Amino acid sequence: MPFIPHSEQDIQQMLEVIGADSIDDLFDEIPANLRCAELTAIPSGMNEMEVTRLLRGRAAQDGLPLCFLGAGAYEHHIPAAVWEITTRGEFYSAYTPYQAEASQGTLQLLYEFQTMMASLMGMDVSNASLYDGASALAEAVLMAVRANRKSKSRKILMPCTVNPIYRKVTEAIVKNQDIELIDVPFDPVTGQTDLAALAEFSGDDYAALVIPQPNFFGALDHVDAMTAWAADNKVLSVAVVNPMAMALLKPPGEWAEIGVDIVCGEGQPLGAPLASGGPYFGFMCCKQQHVRQMPGRIIGRTTDLDGKQGFTLTLQAREQHIRRSKATSNICTNQGLLVTAASIYMSLLGPEGLKKVALNSHKNCQALVQRLAQIDGVDVVFNGPTFHECVLQLNTDAQQVIDDLAQQHDILGGFNLSLDYSALNNCILVCATETRTLDDIERFAITLDGLLNK
Amino acid sequence: MLIFEQSHQGRASNAQLPSDADIPSSLPADALRTTKPTLPEVSEMQVVRHYTRLSQKNFSIDTHFYPLGSCTMKYNPRACNTLASLAEFTGRHPLGPSLHGQGFLECMYELQSMLKEVTGMQAVSLSPAAGAQGEFAGVAMIKAYHDQRNDTERCEILVPDAAHGTNPASAVMCGYKVREIPTGKNGDVDLAALKEAVGPQTAGIMLTNPSTLGVFDRKIKDIADTVHKAGGLLYYDGANLNAILGKVRPGDMGFDVIHMNLHKTFSTPHGGGGPGAGPVGVSERLKPYLPVPMVGKKDGQFVLLDENDYPQSIGRMSAFAGNAGVLLRAYIYAKMLGREGMSRVAEFATLNANYMLKRLMDVGYEAAYPDRRATHEFILTLKKQAKELNVTAMDVAKRLLDYDFHAPTTYFPLLIAECLLIEPTETEAKETLDGFIDTMETILHEAKTDGAMLKAAPYSLPVRRLDDVKAVKQLDVVWKKQGQGEK
Repeated sequence: MPFIPHSEQDIQQMLEVIGADSIDDLFDEIPANLRCAELTAIPSGMNEMEVTRLLRGRAAQDGLPLCFLGAGAYEHHIPAAVWEITTRGEFYSAYTPYQAEASQGTLQLLYEFQTMMASLMGMDVSNASLYDGASALAEAVLMAVRANRKSKSRKILMPCTVNPIYRKVTEAIVKNQDIELIDVPFDPVTGQTDLAALAEFSGDDYAALVIPQPNFFGALDHVDAMTAWAADNKVLSVAVVNPMAMALLKPPGEWAEIGVDIVCGEGQPLGAPLASGGPYFGFMCCKQQHVRQMPGRIIGRTTDLDGKQGFTLTLQAREQHIRRSKATSNICTNQGLLVTAASIYMSLLGPEGLKKVALNSHKNCQALVQRLAQIDGVDVVFNGPTFHECVLQLNTDAQQVIDDLAQQHDILGGFNLSLDYSALNNCILVCATETRTLDDIERFAITLDGLLNK
Repeated sequence: MLIFEQSHQGRASNAQLPSDADIPSSLPADALRTTKPTLPEVSEMQVVRHYTRLSQKNFSIDTHFYPLGSCTMKYNPRACNTLASLAEFTGRHPLGPSLHGQGFLECMYELQSMLKEVTGMQAVSLSPAAGAQGEFAGVAMIKAYHDQRNDTERCEILVPDAAHGTNPASAVMCGYKVREIPTGKNGDVDLAALKEAVGPQTAGIMLTNPSTLGVFDRKIKDIADTVHKAGGLLYYDGANLNAILGKVRPGDMGFDVIHMNLHKTFSTPHGGGGPGAGPVGVSERLKPYLPVPMVGKKDGQFVLLDENDYPQSIGRMSAFAGNAGVLLRAYIYAKMLGREGMSRVAEFATLNANYMLKRLMDVGYEAAYPDRRATHEFILTLKKQAKELNVTAMDVAKRLLDYDFHAPTTYFPLLIAECLLIEPTETEAKETLDGFIDTMETILHEAKTDGAMLKAAPYSLPVRRLDDVKAVKQLDVVWKKQGQGEK
């Protein structure tokens, strides 16, 4: 019996103690007419060798194409030590550290993670993770509505430069609480949020303004001006950022000198593999004054009976297992193991290493864009500065080109923007990280040239 | 020692550094970072040693019996991790074409089918990231269903008082008011109180069966009929699915929507607090509202189905397709169990729990429901010991740690005084259970002879009992270098 250690003798002895004739007797409180028949539609079990053969075959079908696709998930090098340590049974097979004395490893790690994230973001405090970047933005919006006591509004200003999937997820999660997301358009020349359009919202009551950095087009947005605008209009500012970029760019805690109120984002670039979209982790940091409105687990440092340093879950009065219907969020299980990986990743890279990864990603993207822009039929769409992604316009059906690159040449050539942005017809979002080489870029360029200029 | 306290300026894990690069002029100076973040400057070996040593301060399934009730801490087969970590799986971009994902998508398609079958539901979406997000999705579907029928007066979700805290919290996130339903003396929902509570304002009820009290609600059909007759829908919290896998199906009990915790029933790792996976299953009438994406088959190819295929969907819960790598581990586990293995899960989880309950009663502990069968878990109440010996459930839990056992869940469910919720799971051998029971007997003896000693347990762990009040009052959630000062 797979994963069940009982011998026939064990079973008999145990039934004898219980005073039951058979295991089936133990289910005698379930009404007989509800009991189900054999689940014939589920196949019989496989042993480990058989399932290994099956999965290896399935994996081989998927291949490993050359990737210039980003759009919210990024291929970075992950040091071998990250997942070697993360999958140690003591991290991998433990649970939420409710028994603090038996969970000091996880708890100290989470405290270190909070320190790293808060510092990377330039903020006072951090939680111990949310599900992913998109749902973290939804939680940040809910938090902002609670935390903005000067405003009665349930309206959120949401730039169109925020990842369209994030906007959809946020909408799905907040709409049942009558929270409304208001679009703020982008500047078609720079690909940044349109500040003139934002200024038109001045004087009206909004709960929060979302500020992306870099934004979905890869562009560095007007983070200082937007943060200042929010403060002037008594609107809370919610940054949604790529944590890798923050090793190189000014962190949200320093925007417009005063800093934003809440920061959230997708933690995947910090040590999580692409893996079809998950598991990743969402992160959230905020100013000290908002900490009691923050969702998710928070770890605090304290002392034990002997006065020795120790770590424990804290501010639990915010959480569902204590406050039930009055909790800040329903979140319980979060993404602890991914945070373990991220903490090890950030420790291995250090402040200089992380900055070098960010810088090399930026440089490679610059090289990619310069090379692709030489091709007839490829134009750079926006003129503003970018991080490691950029929007290009093709002179033909972008989806067809993306499909041909993938099917015929094993290259993931970018993300088709026309589906989400009608103004960006035949535009694609391309990405390069530190993992791409000049040879990779040349291969992409020659192939694309061949497709566009047959 | 914290990793930051080992930091030396200029030290680095050099093998991990990409090549040097100057800051290009293409980046405006006012957009750049000028402060160094508080990340440690340490060597690779220091990092490996630090985190390996931290790991050794944890209890885990791989090292300890972990009978944490309602969490289903069963063995996590290593094959699931090894195979889900194949390079093609971990390297697959979520927005890559389905052509480069046929292998992965076929696994997900089969997982949907198996979960549909084992729960008796009509369709399954895998996308919710954990149980609480599954609950949110489920209640959002109930709301979408009523809204679609212009049945907008239904503003209330019923939740038994024994429910997980996530249930009322999820209902509130969907814009509902929560009304608690009491539990009867025998552990079943108080049917008379339920009948009083239902009405035209009832959107639905959220139930766990077996309940968090460790008993199967025998009147489940009456509950279902009562709520359905009032026009409400039934939500099944799958936290305790391990107890009934292959024995009875939520769909057959009359539930309209369920979530499953794959990190419990389907043995994906708990990871020190996630990631989980909380797929949702629905009856026919809720199908149109399922969260996207789902996996479908078109012209012989596996594809992700989205808003175009499900225009009435409640939408997306996460950026991509949920915790895909967790789903893959659950799929591998399900393939290894097969249909026979799934029924055996419920059988041996139940056998282990009933054996422990009987023996613990024999050594002197009091069961919360002595006349009921245990399901996959059961509750002891230490109210007598608390009153007579001043020894609480917390004291016993902490003392268990000294004897190398993880503690059961304490003080949940809230309506049983001084309770321990014990769930052994099917993967533990009889001698492990016997060892735990013997230790519980020893602790009961200690309670009678040296209760004061128990009040200060544990003694043998990296730390002793922690000052939780100080942790809140002198909030220290981010390390600061000495001299960096308070903010």
